[in-house]
Amino acid sequence: MYKYDDIDQTIVDERVAQYEDQLNRYLKKQLTDEEFRPLRLQNGLYIQRHAPMLRIAIPYGLLSSTQLRKLAEIADKYDRGYGHFSTRQNLQLNWPKLEDTPNILRELASVQMHAIQTSGNCVRNITTDHFSGITPDEIIDPRHIAEILRQWSTFHPEFALLPRKFKIAVTGSRKDRALVQAHDIGLEFFLDETNKIVVKVWVGGGLGRTPILGSVINEKLEWQHILTYCEAILRVYNLYGRRDNSFKARIKILVKALGIDKFKALVEEEWQYIKDGPNTITEAELSRIKAFFTEPAYKTNLDSNLESHQNEKAFTQWLTRCTHAHKKQGYRAVTLSLKPTYTAPGDASSDQMRAVADMADDYSFGELRVSHEQNLILADVQEDKLYELWQKAKTLSLATPNVGLLTDIICCPGGDFCSLANAKSIPIAESIQAVFDDMDYLHDIGDINLNISGCMNACGHHHVGHIGILGVDKNDTEWYQVTLGGNQGNFASIGKVIGPSFSAEQMPAVIRKIIDVYISVRQDDEAFIDCVHRVGIEPFKNTIYQETAH
Amino acid sequence: MATQLIQIDKIQDDDWVIIDLPVIEVEIKKQAGKVVQFKLTGEAYPTSEQIEKTVIPASGNIILPLQVYAKNKARLAERLNKGEIGIWLLTHEEIEKYIASEEEINQFSIIAIKTEKFADGRIFSIAARIRNKFRFTHDLRAIGDVLKDQLYFLKRVGFSSYVIREDRNADEALEALYDFSDPYQGAFDLKEPVWRRKKRK
Repeated sequence: MYKYDDIDQTIVDERVAQYEDQLNRYLKKQLTDEEFRPLRLQNGLYIQRHAPMLRIAIPYGLLSSTQLRKLAEIADKYDRGYGHFSTRQNLQLNWPKLEDTPNILRELASVQMHAIQTSGNCVRNITTDHFSGITPDEIIDPRHIAEILRQWSTFHPEFALLPRKFKIAVTGSRKDRALVQAHDIGLEFFLDETNKIVVKVWVGGGLGRTPILGSVINEKLEWQHILTYCEAILRVYNLYGRRDNSFKARIKILVKALGIDKFKALVEEEWQYIKDGPNTITEAELSRIKAFFTEPAYKTNLDSNLESHQNEKAFTQWLTRCTHAHKKQGYRAVTLSLKPTYTAPGDASSDQMRAVADMADDYSFGELRVSHEQNLILADVQEDKLYELWQKAKTLSLATPNVGLLTDIICCPGGDFCSLANAKSIPIAESIQAVFDDMDYLHDIGDINLNISGCMNACGHHHVGHIGILGVDKNDTEWYQVTLGGNQGNFASIGKVIGPSFSAEQMPAVIRKIIDVYISVRQDDEAFIDCVHRVGIEPFKNTIYQETAH
Repeated sequence: MATQLIQIDKIQDDDWVIIDLPVIEVEIKKQAGKVVQFKLTGEAYPTSEQIEKTVIPASGNIILPLQVYAKNKARLAERLNKGEIGIWLLTHEEIEKYIASEEEINQFSIIAIKTEKFADGRIFSIAARIRNKFRFTHDLRAIGDVLKDQLYFLKRVGFSSYVIREDRNADEALEALYDFSDPYQGAFDLKEPVWRRKKRK
C-alpha cells in the first residue's frame, strides 16, 4: 500500500498545526460559528445530536494492521470503544470531545492517517473497488490513480469551498463495485483496442434527494489527462453551480440544467488552457505510485484443504457468501461481516478492530480494506487457512455468513446519531435482521441488497438498494418509505417508491411480505432484483397495501 | 488606522482607493418559483442607476467597479495608460463580458475580486481563470470577507495582495501564507506538482 514520504508526512503534520490554531481561535471566540463551520467540516468534524462526530479518512478503503490498531486505541482513549465504518469507506467516531480533536489528529498523523476533507464542500475521499488488485475481473488496478487523485485533491487551492460536496469514484474492473455512476465524477478504466489505458468519465451522478445516474462526458480520455480534466470539470462547477440553495447545489443539478452537451462544451473550453500543463501525469509518476502496490509474496503450489470440510454446512455457507475469488490460485479474499443481528451495521468495537488487525497480520500480509457495504475485507488469504480463519472470526462475531444477503444491510447512522436525519435507521435494520434469523432461509432467498437511509441525503444509498428504505418525517413522527428495484454496478438503476410510507413497527412485516411475494413469483434461480425488474412493483404493492389497509 | 493590506507577504500601506457603488434603495424582486437557470441565482448585479451615480475621483490610483469602468472606458483611457486605473468585480460577475482580450486586461495595474462571504469559493476559480486564460500579470487582490483561513489558497491560485477584513488582525493572518511548505498539486504560485518539483521515493 502507499507509504508516506517526508512530503506527505509534513503535509499531515502541518494540517494538525493549522487545525489546532483554527480550533483555538474558535474557542477564544475569534472565529464565529459560521466561520469555523467550513473549517471544522473540512476536517471531518460535525456537531451532532449528542456530541461532535469525527470522520477519519481511509483513502480508497485501504488500511494496514498498524493503522487499525491505532484506530482501536483512539476509540478507547477518546471515544466509547467503538467506531462506525461508513459507506464512504471511512471510519466515524461518534463521541469525541471537541478539545480532544487536535490530539486525535496528531495520533492519526503518527500512523500516516488524517481526517482531511472527509466532509465539507470540497473533494472528498476518493473511493474505489474494495477488491482492487486481487479480483480476477480486474483490467487496471484503480488504486494507482486513486492515490494520484488523493494527492492532487488534498488541499487543492481552488476547490476548498465548492457549492457542495464532491465525490469521485474509480473502478478498473469489468464489474463495477465502486458505484461510479452514482458519483459527482466516476472514472472507469479500461484498455482501448490498441491496449492503451483509457478512461470513461461520468459526471453528475449522485443519490441524495434528487437521485440521478451520471452522464458520460468523455467516452475515452487518455489517463495522463485525468487531473487536468477533473480540474476543468471542477472549475466549471465551482463557477456556475448554484450556491443559493444547498439542495440544488450538487453538480448533478448543474449538469441537468445545462444539459450534458453544453456542460461538456464549457469543460472543454476550460480544459484547453490547462491541458498538457504541469499537472499532466507522467509515466514516471504513475510507475512511482504503482511500485507501492506491488503484489505481496504469494506462495505457489498451495494445497487446498477445503474438501475436507465440505460437509460442514456452516463453513460452506460462509465460504460461499463471505469469500471472493482471487486472481492467484490458492488464495481467496475474505469479507468479515460487520452485520450480525443486534449490532448497528458497520460498527466495530475496539476489541474487534484489534482482533482483525491480528488476523490481517496472520493471514493477509498485514493489510485490510473497508468496503462501501460497511464490511472489512482480508484480501489475500490462503485457501488452506480459511477454515482456521473462519473459526477465529466466528468467536469474534465477524463470520455471519450473510454477505450479499438480506441481513447484510447498508445503513447510515441515522437519527440516533446524526443531526440531519429525519428518522432512526439502525433500529430498523436490527428489527429486520431479527425477523430473518434463519440462515438457511436467507441463503434460499439469495442475493438482496437492503439499504437504509435516515434522510434524503442518502448516506445509506437507499436509491440503489434492491430494497431501499428512506426515513421521512411526517408531523414530527418517523415514517419509512420503501423503494424496490434499485441496483448498483454496471446496470445501475434507481428504485421506485411502492406507495405511502410505514411506521417503524410495520417495517419487518413489510419486508417479510416483499420476500413472500418474491418467493411465490420467482422463476427457478431468478435473483430478487431480476424478478422485480421482470414483474414490476405491482405484485409487491398489491400484497402489501391490500393487507395493511385493513 | 493600521493598514489591513498584505502585499505579497508583507503588511503595507495601501496606495489604491477602492471606489464603491453608491447605496441606492431598490425594491428587490425575487425570482421565486421560476426555474432558475445557469448562474441566475438571484444575486444582485449593480443597477444602471448605481453605475450612473458612482463618483469617479479626478485623480489618484483608483479601483473602479467593473461595470462603472466599462461604462466610462473612453474617458478613462488616458488614466489607464498612466497606470492609475484598476477594476474590482463580485464573484458572480463575468469579466469576460466586459473585457475582451489578454491585451486589454493587462492594461489594468490591479484587479480586485470581492467575495461577500467567506464560504464563497468562486473567488479561487475566477482568479485561476484570470491568471491562466487571460494571463494577467499585474496585482490581483482579494477584498471583502477575506480572513486568515483563505490566504494560503488565495496565494496559490494567483492572488498577490489581500485586504484582511477590518475586524481581524492582518499580522496574524499573514502567518497563514506559510501553512503548508510543499503542496501536492501544481497551481499558479508553484506551477509544478510536487512530484515534478522534488525527487520522491
